[in-house]
Amino acid sequence: MTRSTKAKAGKSYRRSRRLSRLLSNAILWVVVFVWFLPAMWIILTSVRIRSEIDAVPPIWIPSGLTLDSYKILFGMPTPEGAFGLGGSIPVAQYARNSIVIALVSTAFAIVIGVLAGYAFSRFRFRGKNNLFLTFMLGRAIPGIALSLPLFVLFARIGLSDTIPGMIITYVALNVPFTAWLMDGFFRSIPEELDDAARIDGCSHWGAFVRVALPLTLPGVAASAIFAFLTCWNEFALASIITRTPASRTFPPALFEFTGQFVSDWRGMTAMSVLMLIPAVIFVALVQRQLMEGLTSGAMKG
Amino acid sequence: MATQTLRHKRSLAAHQGPSAGRRGLGLAEARLPLLLLLPGILVMLFVIGFPMLYSLYLSFTDFSLTSLTHKFIGLGNYIELLTRDPLFWTAFGRTVLFMTLAVNIEFVLGLVIAQLMARAIRGQGFLRTIMMMPMMFAPILVGFQFKWFFNAQIGLVNNLLYTITGQVHMIPWLIQRPLGFIAILIAEIWLGTPFMVIILEAGILSLPSEPFEAAEVDGASGWQKFRMLTLPMIMPFVYTAMAIRSLDLARAYDVVSIMTGGGPGNRTELIWTYVNRLAFGEHEFALGSAMSFITVIVSFLFTYYLFRNLLKSRWGGGTE
Repeated sequence: MTRSTKAKAGKSYRRSRRLSRLLSNAILWVVVFVWFLPAMWIILTSVRIRSEIDAVPPIWIPSGLTLDSYKILFGMPTPEGAFGLGGSIPVAQYARNSIVIALVSTAFAIVIGVLAGYAFSRFRFRGKNNLFLTFMLGRAIPGIALSLPLFVLFARIGLSDTIPGMIITYVALNVPFTAWLMDGFFRSIPEELDDAARIDGCSHWGAFVRVALPLTLPGVAASAIFAFLTCWNEFALASIITRTPASRTFPPALFEFTGQFVSDWRGMTAMSVLMLIPAVIFVALVQRQLMEGLTSGAMKG
Repeated sequence: MATQTLRHKRSLAAHQGPSAGRRGLGLAEARLPLLLLLPGILVMLFVIGFPMLYSLYLSFTDFSLTSLTHKFIGLGNYIELLTRDPLFWTAFGRTVLFMTLAVNIEFVLGLVIAQLMARAIRGQGFLRTIMMMPMMFAPILVGFQFKWFFNAQIGLVNNLLYTITGQVHMIPWLIQRPLGFIAILIAEIWLGTPFMVIILEAGILSLPSEPFEAAEVDGASGWQKFRMLTLPMIMPFVYTAMAIRSLDLARAYDVVSIMTGGGPGNRTELIWTYVNRLAFGEHEFALGSAMSFITVIVSFLFTYYLFRNLLKSRWGGGTE
């Protein structure tokens, strides 16, 4: 093969490669759009005009947009007044409960899970494998199976329908997965770094805080995303533990927009969008760290 | 952080080697791992361990939320479920089928999308955030949402059929067999695939480039590279993603409980909607406890199997 034909072959090869890349990119945009449609429909419904939502035949293109759903949700005056179902809904209270419970339990779960993950990754001790498995079994228990005994027990010790009761439940729910992820992240950092720090005079604890922990911050971010989303969206336990608005979070509150046969889609979608905002912000902020953390080797072997 | 790392590396070179630090574990050092694990152990004992023991005790009694007293009846509840309740086995089998279908479809879709995502030219962060939207949706909301989409009179799906074909379709998606099962499956796949995409994309992005360059020189096709290089090398990620999703699916309750509640006439009954029906609907709290225990044991065996294999590759096995 002469040099010129080789170059020509390389050129056409590169061109076909670029074409296939463009094509796969186009497919990707289509797939992501299809996946986004159900989510978009919820967001769109929350700003649509009441009469167009359940119209038969369907109206696809809204004739106008309105923030009435949100105004009603926050008890502001609108021409139509309240939603069809229920009285006024204490949205601010639910938001406060949800935020406090999700943030505090994520913070605790991360601290406890990071410590446990470090212990699993750096130490050899008796019963380690069995203890690790026991931790993982904690994740295998369905919320509804746990909700039966928790319902009875929490009522006896006064934790039923309280924010601390919800927080401690969610901490326990998130510790296993956090410990599992963090164990992987810590193992992706060479143990020699810890050892070097200890030779420099650091204690084991000092080596952990000054060397291993700063290097796994992307891993901590990834664990925090999963823990936060679990707390923010959990329903099976919340519906059993929270009996009144005093501790009720958003997921069980969605039920207040449904009746036996009808649902108020404006109220439900407006509240859903409120629920989505913190989650979207959180994920958009840390998705890069999430990928960084996950690719760093936490999952390998 | 980088300079700090460098400093430690240099000091490491100055000393005799990595093993020096690990020698001579004092008593305090030996206790350190237990101290680190203690908060986790305590909180899990309190919220999960103790209540599950209580639930185990209740499953041997005839406890009910409506009666004040209860007595010990041994294995009565278990015998009742395993031998006299055909619905238990139907729900059990349906749950297994549901999990198998969902995990495998999600895996295939997730792998394709992850592969496309890893090759994205621009807007990766944006596309990833959009793709992760379902992960941000509460499963309970996904239930309401898809119940609405599949509604016979006002649902999005029938509306779309109407607009496309020009004829009124009143397909009772959530009522007719096997459409109800399929509708729930679609909702669960919409919800679960993004998790697969994220984990598998991480796997693809973490691959070294040298083997691919070598394969390129050898003239390997795209499919060959995928089959011979990508897939074998991301197996640990595949394993993790499928393990975690299986456990989540084994607990799938929110979506199905909202969409159909197991009905109509138990047509879409999964194991957890049945537990809920027994414990809170029919006030058979003890029977519900017994049933959740049977399934928890199955979950345990499954977890044990999965994680034992994972642990073997992680820590070199052994029963240490």
